[in-house]
Amino acid sequence: MAYLFPSDAWAKALMEVLNASEAYAQAAKNWEGDCFFTIEPEGSMTRPVNLWFDLWHGKCRAAREIPPEEEVTPAFRFSGKLSVYQKIFEGKLDPIKALMTRQLKLQGDMKAIMRAPKAAQELVRCATQVETVYPE
Amino acid sequence: MWYFDVPHIVYGEEALSHLETLKGRRALIVTDATMVRLGFVAQVEAALKASGMETEVFAEVEPDPSLQTARRAAKRAHAFAPDWIVGLGGGSCLDVAKACWVLYENPGLDPAAINPLEELALREKARLVAIPTTIGTGSEATWAIVLTDTEAQCKLGLGSRQSLPDLAILDPRFVANLPAQVAADTGMDALTHAIEGYTNTWHNDFTDGLALQAIKLIFAHLPAAIRGDAAARERMQVAACLAGMACSNSLFALAHSLGHALGAAFHLPHGRCVGLFLPYTVEFSVRGPEPTRYGEIAQALGLPASTEAEGALNLVEAIRSLAREIGQPLTLHDMGIAEADLEARLELLVGNAEADSQTLTSVRVPTTEEFRTLFRYAYAGRPVDF
Repeated sequence: MAYLFPSDAWAKALMEVLNASEAYAQAAKNWEGDCFFTIEPEGSMTRPVNLWFDLWHGKCRAAREIPPEEEVTPAFRFSGKLSVYQKIFEGKLDPIKALMTRQLKLQGDMKAIMRAPKAAQELVRCATQVETVYPE
Repeated sequence: MWYFDVPHIVYGEEALSHLETLKGRRALIVTDATMVRLGFVAQVEAALKASGMETEVFAEVEPDPSLQTARRAAKRAHAFAPDWIVGLGGGSCLDVAKACWVLYENPGLDPAAINPLEELALREKARLVAIPTTIGTGSEATWAIVLTDTEAQCKLGLGSRQSLPDLAILDPRFVANLPAQVAADTGMDALTHAIEGYTNTWHNDFTDGLALQAIKLIFAHLPAAIRGDAAARERMQVAACLAGMACSNSLFALAHSLGHALGAAFHLPHGRCVGLFLPYTVEFSVRGPEPTRYGEIAQALGLPASTEAEGALNLVEAIRSLAREIGQPLTLHDMGIAEADLEARLELLVGNAEADSQTLTSVRVPTTEEFRTLFRYAYAGRPVDF
């Protein structure tokens, strides 16, 4: 079944893949911190969409779409255009390169991100396993 | 989308005299005690003074420099308020000079926060000159900063794309009397930079030519350079800078992840460590599912490479043959590491190698178990067969 990105259903599908992945569990075994992704609108998208993942020691404890009016204080806040996320999930753009070129912006402890390259790589690998459709 | 950045480079005989043309009031020289003893600091000071600058020297850089050393250097810079910071020495001195510069311009910044994702303010107070005195680290042409966290016993791969020296001076006088062992260690470092710069997943058209030329120069000139041939040393000085430019604009790969972990745990020279792992990582990478580029390197060296596997095999043999010729160890056992010590620190080594940012750009990323096995194979000198 294909899931629309970005959506609550897609976030929950990724949570399932993450929690089934031994490679992610191993790579992110020391990771602590929830991640909040803002997907900025492009094409037929009319508003930004926020997805939130509670990532803790190699597991995803919760994932959902966060409505714009809900205030959250995540450890890590990412933002970028829909097309940037799409390129990352299709394996066409390295997520660290996206961060270094500011195509994907990050607020949070950047040292922690730089110490967890394999966790980031495995997270993206899991995202590529979610059958995804994108807005036109 | 990506970038290509290199410093302004002055090279060849009397390149040091370029310092006399710099404009400024004060220059802080970041170096070590050996550079002072050899008289190199005095030569640099003389050139800076000829430009009208006042100088001060921070000569406290140690091998595998620590975060604390970088903080002390920055403190000296804050007190002296230079408009030039001059790194003079091997990779350790140049890395501390970069960190000193970043911390001077960004007071209060935690050195561990110098990373490619941070926006740093630079070039508002000072600019950076790098003068290498070895033939391998290439640090004069890279934004990388390697410092040691002495508490965690790990090397920190720091640096921001902005922490690139403004000016690199390659003057052959500084490598003319380089000890053979240092020449061998740093020469293998340069070779690893060049091969990993060509083969990591971020390689690009701007860096490929630099890396290949560096590889050719190193195979042609490193043995003679170690024997003391002045012309060969000058070519190696250029090769090291080319390799630095290549990997600064692509990145490194697995031999650096393994080498960083080993060097920090056993206090061994960086170049010796990464050079030792290089052939093992070529063997490992070529057995993976992703295409590699070792065949192209083999072809550039005139080695048989009718298939990628054949090219990689011949490249591995060429690397080991070069290492043998210049007296470099081929195994961790040859390095003097006891098997019991390796096993006692294996989980620390594996954890640090896995967390090293260079792992990410390797064409084949090992699993945790494969990391363990790579260390054990490198101890025993076994060809990688997995």
